[in-house]
Amino acid sequence: MELFGIWVAAFLTLCIYSFLYRDNPFYRFAEHLFVGISVGYGIVIAIHQGVIPLAWQPLSEAVSALWTEITGETTPEIRSALWGLFKIIPIAFGLLFFARLSPRHNWLVRYPIAILIGFGAGIAIPNMLQANIFEQTRATIEPFGAIGPFVDVPPEARLSALDIFGAILMVIGVICTLTYFFFSVEHRGPINWLSKVGIAFLMIGFGAAFGNTVMGRLALMIHRVGFLINEWIGSFGALF
Amino acid sequence: MLEKFMNMDRRIIFILVALVVIIPTLIPVRLPITVSEPTQKLYDFIEELPSGSTIMMAFDYGPSSLAEPEPMAKAVMQHCFSKGVRVIGMTLYPNTPTLADKLMRKIADENNAVYGQDYVFLGYRPGTLPVILGMGTNIANVFETDYAKTPITEIPIMENITNYDQIDLLLDLSAGSLTEAWIIYANTRYGLKIAAGVTAVIIAQMYPYLQSGQLVGMLPGYLGAAQYEKLLNAPGDGTVGLNTASFAHLLIIVLVILGNVAFFIRQEREA
Repeated sequence: MELFGIWVAAFLTLCIYSFLYRDNPFYRFAEHLFVGISVGYGIVIAIHQGVIPLAWQPLSEAVSALWTEITGETTPEIRSALWGLFKIIPIAFGLLFFARLSPRHNWLVRYPIAILIGFGAGIAIPNMLQANIFEQTRATIEPFGAIGPFVDVPPEARLSALDIFGAILMVIGVICTLTYFFFSVEHRGPINWLSKVGIAFLMIGFGAAFGNTVMGRLALMIHRVGFLINEWIGSFGALF
Repeated sequence: MLEKFMNMDRRIIFILVALVVIIPTLIPVRLPITVSEPTQKLYDFIEELPSGSTIMMAFDYGPSSLAEPEPMAKAVMQHCFSKGVRVIGMTLYPNTPTLADKLMRKIADENNAVYGQDYVFLGYRPGTLPVILGMGTNIANVFETDYAKTPITEIPIMENITNYDQIDLLLDLSAGSLTEAWIIYANTRYGLKIAAGVTAVIIAQMYPYLQSGQLVGMLPGYLGAAQYEKLLNAPGDGTVGLNTASFAHLLIIVLVILGNVAFFIRQEREA
């Protein structure tokens, strides 16, 4: 069975790489198969790892506990299972998403969307400000607190000349890049120069990102070539 | 000659790239590897953890991007098991549970680790934000059972673990932007220490968090995996991948230089 899996994987890998020559039915077959299987597998996993344990199971246990409670045979475990009935509220709001399917009732979808946006914005805004603005600002300024001999810091905690250069360079980079995105003032004179330096910093950032992207894409190829050579060609011995 | 070069069939470049990937795979060459600061920081952090500590590993990558995070997972888990550090696995990707479960069991078998005592795989729960925030309050509220449907109250490793307060480190093995979600919600809100093992594509995005200390360490792509393997003195998939990638990078650098030289020569001629 494992051997069969290796051959299917090798066939599909070669189908995908055949696109490098030109578009062809083998490539399209493998591409559509990948999309279909990914979506199908994702749905099955979402049902088994999400819908069943988080919604269906506690609700069905709560309903049977309620029935037992009504018939009088109750225990502390049964009482505790009754809390599952509260799951009806989020499940009901979640089901309102399907109201989009009915033109008459599609306005109902606003309620779950409102809850999602309200919750999302409420939880995201303070945390994102803290993580991406305050922490980053602190990290940009903080090194200047360790530059001796102007600041009272122990000699071992003082920054080296290279670290000081790095800290200054970072502040210049932050100010110049932010200036490039500051559109309330016309970019002329010193502002123009600052924004031009900002462009240089942006280009260096894009270059680093591009170089890393090339590295990442090559890693994917190396992995597949390794699979084809070591596992697929390696399986020839077992077959012939 | 110049026109020929500028109009070269792109398939020739594909063949060249294929050759520089295939040849080093067939004839392995060991190139020197220097350990970078982000990898060293993560290694030191785990090295200093006392036996019995717990780290959580989030397998946030899909089947199409497992080339880089898998060698990282292997190296870090090997390190943890050798030091008696326990590992809790989970994923925020719906397509990953089977892959991650299989990988954890394979590495654990190689290191004689016992399921339920040395490691556990909790599986996947939908909804990134509710999962990250929910585990900060009570992990059992989010994962009532592990991936094999065993109630987590019956798993020894989970006995004294309620929430992030009992987790010493979260290592996010990520092929997307989920590391940022872990930083924003788990680190900022709950103070959970976070490290990242990321694919090369998102390395640049992670450096600001590393510099600010929001990440305790980082494994950058194949390079990070190879560096970690070097620190463990156990060369593996990361080392092999990095050696092969180095030859491909040389080819790309040569092609970029040639392309630029040809572009400027043609621009000068046209002027």
